[in-house]
Amino acid sequence: MRKRYGAGDTAVDALKDVNMTVAPGEVVGLIGPSGSGKTTLLKCLGAVIEPTAGRMTLGDEVIYDDGWKIDDLKALRRDRIGFVFQAPYLIPFLDVTDNVALLPMLAGRPNAEARRRALALLEALDVGHRARAQPSELSGGEQQRVSIARALANQPPVILADEPTAPLDSERALAVMRILNRMARQYNTAVIIVTHDEKIIPIFKRIYHIRDGVTHEEAGEGREIGD
Amino acid sequence: MINLAGRDILHSWGKFVFTGVGLGLLIGATLTMAGVYRGMVDDAKVLLSNSGADIWVVQQDTLGPYAEPSSLRDDVYRAIRGMPGVARAANVTYLTMQVKQGGENASASDVRVMVVGFEPGQPGEPGYLVAGRRITRSHYEAVADVRTGFKLGERIRIRRQDYTVVGLTRRMVSSGGDPMVFISLKDAQEAQFLKDNDAIVNERARTAANPGLNRPGVPGLLEAIQASQTTSRSVNAVLVQAQAGLSPEAVAEPIRRWKHLQAYTRAQMEEILVAKLIATSARQIGMFLAILAVVSAAIVAFIIYTMTLGKIREIAVLKLIGTRSSTIAGMILQQALGLGFIGFVVGKISAALWAPFFPKYVLLEPGDALRGFIAVMIICTLASTLAIRAALKVDPATAIGG
Repeated sequence: MRKRYGAGDTAVDALKDVNMTVAPGEVVGLIGPSGSGKTTLLKCLGAVIEPTAGRMTLGDEVIYDDGWKIDDLKALRRDRIGFVFQAPYLIPFLDVTDNVALLPMLAGRPNAEARRRALALLEALDVGHRARAQPSELSGGEQQRVSIARALANQPPVILADEPTAPLDSERALAVMRILNRMARQYNTAVIIVTHDEKIIPIFKRIYHIRDGVTHEEAGEGREIGD
Repeated sequence: MINLAGRDILHSWGKFVFTGVGLGLLIGATLTMAGVYRGMVDDAKVLLSNSGADIWVVQQDTLGPYAEPSSLRDDVYRAIRGMPGVARAANVTYLTMQVKQGGENASASDVRVMVVGFEPGQPGEPGYLVAGRRITRSHYEAVADVRTGFKLGERIRIRRQDYTVVGLTRRMVSSGGDPMVFISLKDAQEAQFLKDNDAIVNERARTAANPGLNRPGVPGLLEAIQASQTTSRSVNAVLVQAQAGLSPEAVAEPIRRWKHLQAYTRAQMEEILVAKLIATSARQIGMFLAILAVVSAAIVAFIIYTMTLGKIREIAVLKLIGTRSSTIAGMILQQALGLGFIGFVVGKISAALWAPFFPKYVLLEPGDALRGFIAVMIICTLASTLAIRAALKVDPATAIGG
């Protein structure tokens, strides 16, 4: 996949040669220095911006293919991609349950079913006891777990996480990684984590390094952190 | 599906309610302005209704007696009574003046009133009383509208005479909203047309010095002329009631034709009062309403736009996770309408609370409230477009950062 911003003399090739594959249930790291193209790649993978050239598939479905794209990128983002951000970005005027239930509701599921699913996810992520709380009443770690629950709400085949442990201390960062590992296995979800957090890099079994818009696959340490 | 607008309003209800209250006071002022106009129109209609007339006969080529001065001899009514189709005809005078409360020695403040001179039992008489009795003596008794502030038994000074308030009435006002004081026709003629003593003395001297009017060979001529100069034989209008079943226009036409007087029917009088007398005031109020509407729209637009800008990150996240543009636009529109609704409720209550304290009658009509509500909703809808445009421009990629 390639991505070029602008045209002519001012054109910038943010992604020159990206080639990566992530299997269902796998957690891979995407690391690289500032300006290497991590965020651009994440935006392309998240169907937020379109690559200039190349091909992207999700399971058997082709998302982009050399300028062609599927019709409804919004529905793709809503139903088939989960997002976890550096900051949780929970909707401040919705309680914890509705923050998670919002996605299934947007997908057209009945409110009761969406809330049931949200509560199950919150229980699985150990924040079930805060289900009626407002986001502002949660700690940073709790907020991040709620945002992971939101990403999983529609049971997407892939989750894109943008520096999810950056604002957390080591203990909480490892806790978030445990959760993502567990959820990837439990729901057979592929997880791509963009990070330059030294604390969590040794955990990945497989890492994609990106330098100057080019990806390089490397084997990670795969350090065990338990469940 | 969750009502995002409702949740946001509940989440920050304090900010929302206070903003709505501020907007509501502005809407209240707007509704009150409309009420002031309605009050003016109603005052004019009440004035006509209370006179009990079908036809107003006034001086030729005038729009009297309310919109322009009109003067008729007080015996004209007799000739009118003889016209076909006329059931009753009576003289009436109208004089707007300051009346002193408490009689001659009073130090109390005065009040602006319309003094009406009428003949008891004839058109022009106050329709009903809320206290006291009707005028039974031919002099120095008055019936006053309650808004004058006068009480039964109180003495009021009109020109050189003191009058005792023997009855109170309600909603008897001039087209300008001044409350009425009713006195007998003779008293009113004196109050309106009688010259002061100095002027009478000067006039007598001037007449006596005129050789044409003071002829030595015609005894009694000078006295007769001077007597005619000091009597008040004028009225402002003759109020006519047509016989049952007859069209007022059919009765008015012969009066215009044969008596060389102006005769207005009720519809024509309404036209004069509403379309001519208060037309400038109505345009003035219309300008105020237009300005207040623009200001309200600007305020709603500014508030909703600012509130939307404060939620840019949340909107970006909503868009990133696949929320439809219509859902986001709907959220902003509902908030604008919610703000308008709160503002309207506050405005309606405010207007109802402060309307009685206005010096002039403020008539808050349900129809105006409904039209105001629709206008507020339209204004809020239009005002939200700016914020919706800003929200729809938000790039979902900003949620990811970089």
